[in-house]
Amino acid sequence: MTADLMLIWPELILTIGGLITLMLGTFFGDRNVGLYQLSSLLTLAAAAAAVVALFGVDATVFSGTLSVDSFGGFAKLLIYAASFVCIVIAPRFFNGGMRAEYPTLILFAALGMGIMASSRDLMTLYVGLELNSLAAYVLASFMRTDERSTEAGLKYFVLGALASGMLLYGISLLYGFTGTTDFAGIAKVLGGELNIGLIFGIVFVLAGLGFKISAVPFHMWTPDVYEGAPTPVTTFFATAPKVAAMALMTRVVIDAMGPAVGAWQQIIIFLSLASIILGAVGAIGQKNIKRLLAYSSINNVGFMLVGLAAGTQQGVEGVLTYLLVYMLTTLGAFLVVLQLRDADGNHVESIPALAGLSQRRPGLAAAMAVFLFSLAGIPPLFGFWPKYLVFEAAVNANLVPLAVAGIVASVIGAFYYIAIIKTMYFDDKSDTEFPAGGGAIVEDAVITASALWLSVIGYLFIPVLAVLSASAAAVLF
Amino acid sequence: MSDFPILSLMLAVPAIAAIACLFVGDKMSRWVALGATLATFVLGCVMWAQFDIGGAQWQFTERADLFGRFQYALGIDGMALMLIMLSVFLMPLCILASWDAIKSRVGLYMAMFLVMETIMIGVFCAQDLLLFYIFFEAGLIPMYFIIGIWGGANRIYAAFKFFLYTLLGSVLMLIAIIAMIHEAGTTDIPTLLNYDFPVQMQTWLWLAFFASLAVKMPMWPVHTWLPDAHVQAPTAGSMILAGVLLKLGAYGFIRFMMPMFPDASGQLMWIVFALSMIAVVYTSLVALAQSDMKKLIAYSSVAHMAIVTAGLFAFNQQGIEGALIIMLSHGVVSAALFFCVGVIYDRLHTREIDRYGGLAVNMPAYALFFMLFTMASIGLPGTSGFVGEFLSLAGIYEASSWVAFVCTTGIILGAAYMLYLYRRVVFGELTKDDVKAMADLNPREWTIMVPLAAVALWMGVYPESFLAPMRGDVTTVVARLAPAKPAGDAHLAAGKPKPAKAHGDTAHGSSHAGGVQ
Repeated sequence: MTADLMLIWPELILTIGGLITLMLGTFFGDRNVGLYQLSSLLTLAAAAAAVVALFGVDATVFSGTLSVDSFGGFAKLLIYAASFVCIVIAPRFFNGGMRAEYPTLILFAALGMGIMASSRDLMTLYVGLELNSLAAYVLASFMRTDERSTEAGLKYFVLGALASGMLLYGISLLYGFTGTTDFAGIAKVLGGELNIGLIFGIVFVLAGLGFKISAVPFHMWTPDVYEGAPTPVTTFFATAPKVAAMALMTRVVIDAMGPAVGAWQQIIIFLSLASIILGAVGAIGQKNIKRLLAYSSINNVGFMLVGLAAGTQQGVEGVLTYLLVYMLTTLGAFLVVLQLRDADGNHVESIPALAGLSQRRPGLAAAMAVFLFSLAGIPPLFGFWPKYLVFEAAVNANLVPLAVAGIVASVIGAFYYIAIIKTMYFDDKSDTEFPAGGGAIVEDAVITASALWLSVIGYLFIPVLAVLSASAAAVLF
Repeated sequence: MSDFPILSLMLAVPAIAAIACLFVGDKMSRWVALGATLATFVLGCVMWAQFDIGGAQWQFTERADLFGRFQYALGIDGMALMLIMLSVFLMPLCILASWDAIKSRVGLYMAMFLVMETIMIGVFCAQDLLLFYIFFEAGLIPMYFIIGIWGGANRIYAAFKFFLYTLLGSVLMLIAIIAMIHEAGTTDIPTLLNYDFPVQMQTWLWLAFFASLAVKMPMWPVHTWLPDAHVQAPTAGSMILAGVLLKLGAYGFIRFMMPMFPDASGQLMWIVFALSMIAVVYTSLVALAQSDMKKLIAYSSVAHMAIVTAGLFAFNQQGIEGALIIMLSHGVVSAALFFCVGVIYDRLHTREIDRYGGLAVNMPAYALFFMLFTMASIGLPGTSGFVGEFLSLAGIYEASSWVAFVCTTGIILGAAYMLYLYRRVVFGELTKDDVKAMADLNPREWTIMVPLAAVALWMGVYPESFLAPMRGDVTTVVARLAPAKPAGDAHLAAGKPKPAKAHGDTAHGSSHAGGVQ
């Protein structure tokens, strides 16, 4: 038992740190932003350090319900990093309305996501997922006096509950027909003959998880929630939970359903192509940049699923690299959106208002152009590389039709990305002014760093990324 | 000197200058761009001088294992050398051509051109398949900005069409590249050039590459992005688009498709011939009907590129050498023609042919240069166009006399539309007042015209300078293609001349007939 506790240091740190942050907020009041912000950031840093210290360990704890391995470690590092940034950027956005619940909820969400990424039992999976979701519902409606924000929270909650129901139903079917909730045990049964109950179980579990990664046709909540939630929260939704849910899905598909390739592969292929195409087509008419980025996230999830559909170690490596690059790009893009304030300090989210941004804020527009081209996967920007990796995995796994369909559909996606670039660069200046300055140095630093990294510099890191993602992916095979 | 990383330096100089241009302000950025492009041109000349003709196939090779999965591998052969020379030669002229014409956001403009130069050099010298693809695709981004920001009235449509059309083509090539890397287990281009892919697989790979390169080329019927892009792009944008970017497609044909998939190339050459024949006649006729000068030259580019593809797929020495010379010649001449249009466009701000007329009276120097480039485009002996067209048609004739016949009609039609254009713009009565007020070439325009004219003549009079570095590489490709080469319909046989008879012989006529037996 004690030995097990030694291996879940990141989770322990997050739990204790989250409680401390809550206490600090309660005792010293919401005004002391610096205090509870600092404690939450320190907590995340400490948790990340613990993950790094545990890197390379490959063990299971608590009777095999939770695994401590480099796959989970990789995902957790990404989750903690995204959470970190989302806490850093919050105070300026809330502009005095920041409360201690915000970092606390993010910490607990991060805890839940860590558990999702490292669960190897259907029960821990569900507990982690719900811990994350409950925190996320509250975060979505964090601006409780704002109509859109409360609407987003409610919508997220209702649809999320539905998805959880589906997931639970699937879990109960899998448990009923296999007699176990352990991933390895399920895999053993699935290796034999499949009956209709097992197939239904697989479909419902994948549907529930598909909701969490917002794959089409379970994506309906995404644009509304992304648009309505406060921008730092949207940033959070677009990054950390995406990583966690994708890691979880990968683990479930490879670890638990691995032997039943025929059953899950076609579902994943469908989710993948549907997400790529609908994510691209749906984005075309959007006028709100946050809605558009929501569709972009749907689109990108589709590409990640291409790698997962391959079902090989190479495919999983591709998914992990994709998650890392996608997370950095999305963080950068949302930070740019956060900087878009008009002369009165109001946030601007409408795309037509961005017209001529390149003349008003050349640096910001250039960074946004880098992020958008990178999301579209146009070389030489680094967003090309993960796309290449997942398509390579698909081709090598003899899924050439999937690769061809996916890559052709990616051209549709390129259309709306270059349409925003057109608005920023080709159109005449709009009436909206975007006075420079006022931004925290941290924001500028993160934007600059990620834009530079996503331009050609990222390619120099391919060897490092390859080693990291390979060691993480090898755990599942 | 041989291990000096001259190719990396040529990539770095414009790239660094591009970043500098963004920060130094409008006036200064022009000089930075001009300095950087001239420096790159000098480096290119040094490289040409150092290039060992008949030496190793790949020279100036550089290799660094920077990217893990693929390499930073550079190196050139004769064909790449000549195309790099073409790019670095045109670049300073493009910068000069936009010296006064571009007035807004000059720094960004110059930066985009310099990025473009880096990318073009990179495409031609990449020795790694993925590195090549990255450079190949990267060219879309600066060109998208150049057309979209500084283009004409309908620039946004043209920029989108250009970007999406070429992207759609390229992505299929990416799938083929992935399959090739999986099959051969390497990304190294020299190794892949000698790798024998299974015949069945070759067909698919060939089709995927063809989808991409035919769009870049552009071949009929996927050429429709080109007239739009050309018409809307600024003068220098058209120059670089016609001068170098169109050569990427043909370069891909000869560098990748033909030597890597020889069997498929042999089987599917009829597609190339058929499309080329249609393109030559159809686009020439379309060009004849244009009222917009840039559109006319754009369609003529499609026709010229069709002769290039037909020449390449003749699978013989003359055909391929001729095609390569057309590429170089067209690079210089079409850039020059677009500049000629730009010169009068800067003065009258219209590309309508009917708005001009009688320029020979008030712009004699301009008329002279325009005449020279018109003749070079038609292929008059003594100009660069003749050498390439003659060689490639001779090669095509060996492969198929019908293709040669149809392609030759293209030359005749080419003469028709170019001379018709020239007559309407330069000759005739000088009646319009605004045209009368147009001044002849200024010193800056002279500086651009003279090198272009000199090269067009040099290539026409002594093409050996340009052919010599490429000859060995063409021989290699021809040897690689030899097993897959279908029999031509020419049935060439050496003649059996009779001993010459003394002059004044009564059977004068018969001796001639015997010679051509």
